[in-house]
Amino acid sequence: MATLTPARRRRHGGMVNTVVGYAVLVFFALVFIYPFVIQLANSFKTEPDAAANPLSPVPQPFTTDSFSSLLGGDFPLWLGNSVLVTVVVTVGRVFLDSLAGYALARLRFGGRKAIFATIVAIMAVPGVVLFIPKFLVLNQLGIYDTYTALILPLLVDAAGVFIMKQFFESIPLSLEEAARIDGAGVFRTFWSVVLPSARPALITLTILSFQGTWNEFPHTLVAVQDPSLFTLPRGVANLVSGSLGSGTQYPLKLGAALLATIPVAIIFAVFQRYFVRGATEGAEKG
Amino acid sequence: MSTVTTASADRDDRSAGGGRPATGGRGPRQRFGRWLRWPGPFRGGIRGNERIAGWLFVAPVIVLLGIFFLAPIIMAFWVSLTDWQGQGSPFKSGVPFVGGDNYTRLFTEDGLARRDFMTSIRNNIYYVAIVVPVQTVLALGLALLVNNRMLKGKGFFRTAFYFPSVTSSVAISVVFLFMFANSGAINGILSFFGIDGPAWFSDARGLIHLILGVFGVDNPPSALANGGPLGLTWWDWLSGPSVAMCAIMALVIWTTSGTFMLMFLAALQSVPVSLDEASELDGATRWQRLRYVTLPLLKPTMFLVLTLGLIGTWQVFDQIYVMSQGNPAKTTLTPAFLSYRTAFKDFDYGRGAAISFVLFLIIVVLTLAQRWVMRDRDEPRRRFRWLR
Repeated sequence: MATLTPARRRRHGGMVNTVVGYAVLVFFALVFIYPFVIQLANSFKTEPDAAANPLSPVPQPFTTDSFSSLLGGDFPLWLGNSVLVTVVVTVGRVFLDSLAGYALARLRFGGRKAIFATIVAIMAVPGVVLFIPKFLVLNQLGIYDTYTALILPLLVDAAGVFIMKQFFESIPLSLEEAARIDGAGVFRTFWSVVLPSARPALITLTILSFQGTWNEFPHTLVAVQDPSLFTLPRGVANLVSGSLGSGTQYPLKLGAALLATIPVAIIFAVFQRYFVRGATEGAEKG
Repeated sequence: MSTVTTASADRDDRSAGGGRPATGGRGPRQRFGRWLRWPGPFRGGIRGNERIAGWLFVAPVIVLLGIFFLAPIIMAFWVSLTDWQGQGSPFKSGVPFVGGDNYTRLFTEDGLARRDFMTSIRNNIYYVAIVVPVQTVLALGLALLVNNRMLKGKGFFRTAFYFPSVTSSVAISVVFLFMFANSGAINGILSFFGIDGPAWFSDARGLIHLILGVFGVDNPPSALANGGPLGLTWWDWLSGPSVAMCAIMALVIWTTSGTFMLMFLAALQSVPVSLDEASELDGATRWQRLRYVTLPLLKPTMFLVLTLGLIGTWQVFDQIYVMSQGNPAKTTLTPAFLSYRTAFKDFDYGRGAAISFVLFLIIVVLTLAQRWVMRDRDEPRRRFRWLR
């Protein structure tokens, strides 16, 4: 493409560019989508079929064996744990992050700047260096290996507070002022006037929390060890890392991975623009 | 910021007259609201309310972040100075204090601890050196293609490229483990082109060693085999990423490119079309327009993408845990995974914590170094938000 001279490009370039552009895009779309096709197809295959024809998108014969054995095992338990943790964490984050975000954006109180600076600093701490620290504190508090350990450390996140603060700063003051002149207290103003007008930010935060918590893996690794407390990612990881590198039971593992992916896929399909907003917010506003 | 200041000045004016009493207490919610409006210890009115309400509103966040982020970091730093093996509390008097030993063992004392750590650093350096440029270029390329004015079906392609980034890292690692299996999809495709694919996850051979092997250098020259810095021989340092690591890199590039593509896309969409058209009329070639018009405008985004890429790649963990656990022959060991393994498998919490802190330092130093390299007169004021 790049070698075409301007003159030639003007004559044929548009057409050629479009065709080449589409070809490259379709190729990459295949690269990005086909692994999911493989995942879907192979979870409905028998084990010999999956081993012999891993690339084929058509199971021969079609079987739901992997799913029935998943449902007969620990899988429903992991699913339940994942749902519980995700729901509690998401509700907690949305409420607590927006409370704090609102306070940092609008309320005047001593130490506000210092708190905000600390929150920005916490966002910059890489998650992986916190494995041992988190374990230590859970151990010290005596809540290691409990639901509390799974939920409580995830219940607020600095990034969520940051998003909400930025958002609240962007909405006009007039609404709140009207509410205040009518004599509403701070919490009431926040709850019935500010929050309803923050719907887009709340949806973004809900989606990010849901996706982040549903997919969260390392935290469960340092918070619990009892298999009855495993969430889906932890359970699936356990299925796999047990029989490393061997070709056994792939339909089962892929089926488990598929079921773990579906909720996020549905949310993604419905709320895609909020995902996009979440991902690009950092790039746009800075 | 300025709006906030004016706003609070306004409120100060009003607070001079004191908060007007709420008209009638209807319902519990309102009563709660009134409770928050009670004159506080700082001389009533809205200012006092705001102080109390402000602290109440941020209290849960402060308490939880304090307990689960700040306090643990301090505790872990203490543990990194001890020889705690996981029994009882690390803060009792019986725990042996070893000072900086856990750190010096990583750098100055020859032994397994240093060899493992340096191996993990080597692996991660190759990993960063390949993943960051490839994912950035791929993301930029995809964004440029998707942003094409002529193109229909933008939404579809954007979704297709972005979807992998929102899925569970564990679930997707399982899929790639299957695809890179010995008789899996990838080797199936390779054999279609007449290539005999490797046994990906048991192949510890380094890429640079393999390339040298093509030129007949199968054994290390003695100058490289004997001696080298920090416990590894020069030959080991220069191995390149192992074949197994290449499979993991492929997965990570595949999952993260979509997010970065979206960031580039957002920036591209704010480039005025007229600018592009003007330069086209001036006879600039496609490449010239990209090089001299588009890319300079993308610099802040490029900076963000490189920074996030650098921070993210030094933290690779989930994929290693699921796919390789550091095997084969420790060639997929990374500092993050080594720190986890040292603490939770070898029960050497002190050394594990020390590795975390060194990794933390590496990430901070590299981020600062990169900022300095990419500094500009019109310094883009980026805040790193999506760090995790």
